Amino acid sequence: MKALLIGESRDGSFLEYGYELVGFAERIGAETAMVMVGQEKSLPGYGGKLYLADAATYGEYNPDLHKKLILAAVEREKPDLVVFSHSSYGWDLAPRVAAGLKAAQLSEVIGTTGDGYELPSCSQKMRRSVKPATPVVVLTLQLGAFPAVTGGGTPQVERVETEGSGKVIFVRYEAAEAKGIDLAKAEVIVSAGRGIGKADNVPVIAALAKALGGQLGASRPVVDSGWVEHSHQVGTTGQTVSPKLYVACGISGAIQHLAGMKKSGFIVAINKDKDAPIGEVADVLVVADVMQFVPALTAKLAK
Amino acid sequence: MKILVCIKQVPDMESRFKPDSAGTWFSETDLAFRMNEYDEFAVEQAVRLKEQLGNGPELTVLSMGPDRVLEAVKKALAMGCDRGVQIQDPAAHLKDPWQKASAIAAYAKNEGYDLVFTGFQSQDRGSCQVGVMLAELLGFACATTIVGFEFADGAVTVKRELEGGVKGVVQLKTPALVTCQLGLNTPRYPTLPNIMKAKKKEILVLPVGDLLHEEAKAVTTSFHAPAKKGGGIVLEGEVGDQADRLIQILKEKTGVLR
Ligand SMILES: Cc1cc2nc3c(=O)[nH]c(=O)nc-3n(C[C@H](O)[C@H](O)[C@H](O)COP(=O)(O)OP(=O)(O)OC[C@H]3O[C@@H](n4cnc5c(N)ncnc54)[C@H](O)[C@@H]3O)c2cc1C
Ligand SMILES: Nc1ncnc2c1ncn2[C@@H]1O[C@H](COP(=O)(O)O)[C@@H](O)[C@H]1O
Repeated sequence: MKALLIGESRDGSFLEYGYELVGFAERIGAETAMVMVGQEKSLPGYGGKLYLADAATYGEYNPDLHKKLILAAVEREKPDLVVFSHSSYGWDLAPRVAAGLKAAQLSEVIGTTGDGYELPSCSQKMRRSVKPATPVVVLTLQLGAFPAVTGGGTPQVERVETEGSGKVIFVRYEAAEAKGIDLAKAEVIVSAGRGIGKADNVPVIAALAKALGGQLGASRPVVDSGWVEHSHQVGTTGQTVSPKLYVACGISGAIQHLAGMKKSGFIVAINKDKDAPIGEVADVLVVADVMQFVPALTAKLAK
Repeated sequence: MKILVCIKQVPDMESRFKPDSAGTWFSETDLAFRMNEYDEFAVEQAVRLKEQLGNGPELTVLSMGPDRVLEAVKKALAMGCDRGVQIQDPAAHLKDPWQKASAIAAYAKNEGYDLVFTGFQSQDRGSCQVGVMLAELLGFACATTIVGFEFADGAVTVKRELEGGVKGVVQLKTPALVTCQLGLNTPRYPTLPNIMKAKKKEILVLPVGDLLHEEAKAVTTSFHAPAKKGGGIVLEGEVGDQADRLIQILKEKTGVLR
């Protein structure tokens, strides 16, 4: 079994979650090689063969060319698996590479089964086991699902090249928005999710945060809808937090939210759905209507 | 200009899911279906573009699936799409993303679309593949996970959402396909007059057999609930009582309450 791992580089730096690809390959006992469009000055700590294409030549993000470069490395390496991270780079490029190879693609792999792979389904509430039926298989791995394996040494670099231009023109990066409030220092965070129903209910959640001496957090839809300002957002596209106590109010527990809060000391979830995936990380799951339970709790805390 | 939006109909994610008799997908009994959340952003953006261009463009909404998907198509028509297409396939849930993209491409390839909008992912399947594969099959420029969209002088400029709050601004020449991420816009609610108007709009029904000639590249062998971690305490019952028990637990297990 041979796996071609797709490393990622942004603005000249290797992205660390690429080491999870190495961890995955170790877990399944596959031989590996890596390919990356990046820069010589920031190579991964990986001891195998690295097909390197220069980002200065092929663009920070030029999916048509990056696809061709990966296909060129596939041609030379003849892997059984082509493995991406399930990231903005991976989910963008993997289907292009799969289409090019006429290969099956399995997205957001979280585990392996006897003859296939385990994938999340229905917003993480369920699982699917999937068996690919093509000789080469393209995978994207859920971030955090496999352990990162670092410190593998120095790669033996081989150049990989291609020609032509692409149909997508990279213009620039925009830095993350400046933070309004820094949730990282909060000892207690009480977060509002879509389950609170409407903007008018935000003060009810904020009142519980205050009663517990903490800060207000939020899931993404609450922020996208403009109920709460962006600096309160917890998750992969918000802040990563680890307070002593995290209270999730009407939050389902999508992987992108969990990634931002699962290291919290103690997690309480209030959800009317006993099967909500937040239950997987919660120390206490209160099965209740959030707008009935939260005011009752706040009132008792005030006594 | 011709615009296509691809939408999927999915179950409400707050439902309880049970495997179907084959054990490879969910049973539809007791499920309520709605338009895939990500696709609502796609429809909204397409309608806004049509409005921006003085309603000139012709805007088609397409969904592949059993007849229930017509409900989602009708919602998109009420939001402002001009005509609907159903790729009629009672067994769409057994098709893999490559097959879905192939069927849609077989329909779209001779229609002369300039722009295609899809969602970033379907909430039930979550593969993030159908849109990008469709672009590959059509030879269109493609950008994924967009949270900003502008159209001027025949060129599309989008903002892609990357990790850690960083965004990437990229340009695409038409024909192009974009996949829409949460927060791209605020999808409108169809108004009653528009719902009435939508009833008169044409929906073309195309049997999948006429469009799809590709085999599946992967098969689902099992659909099941995740193994329960089970460490957590579950509090049920009356609200006041639940609150008392939670306070007790917080006193015992965290340093937060004294
Ligand atoms: C690339 C990418 C990045 C993302 N980044 C983030 C991020 O940084 N942060 C983030 O949060 N999300 C992020 N998301 C979105 C994420 O996938 C989910 O869509 C989002 O977290 C869902 O928010 P929610 O739990 O509030 O809403 P929902 O998933 O709609 O869940 C609402 C929950 O409330 C419960 N509920 C409803 N009514 C009540 C009631 N009356 N009482 C009690 N419970 C009730 C429901 O049972 C449900 O579990 C990202 C998605 C993508 C694709
Ligand atoms: N059956 C379908 N009919 C029409 N469009 C679909 C269908 N399935 C997926 N799509 C589109 O492809 C996107 C990605 O879906 P997926 O690859 O399943 O995550 C969705 O957001 C839709 O826009």
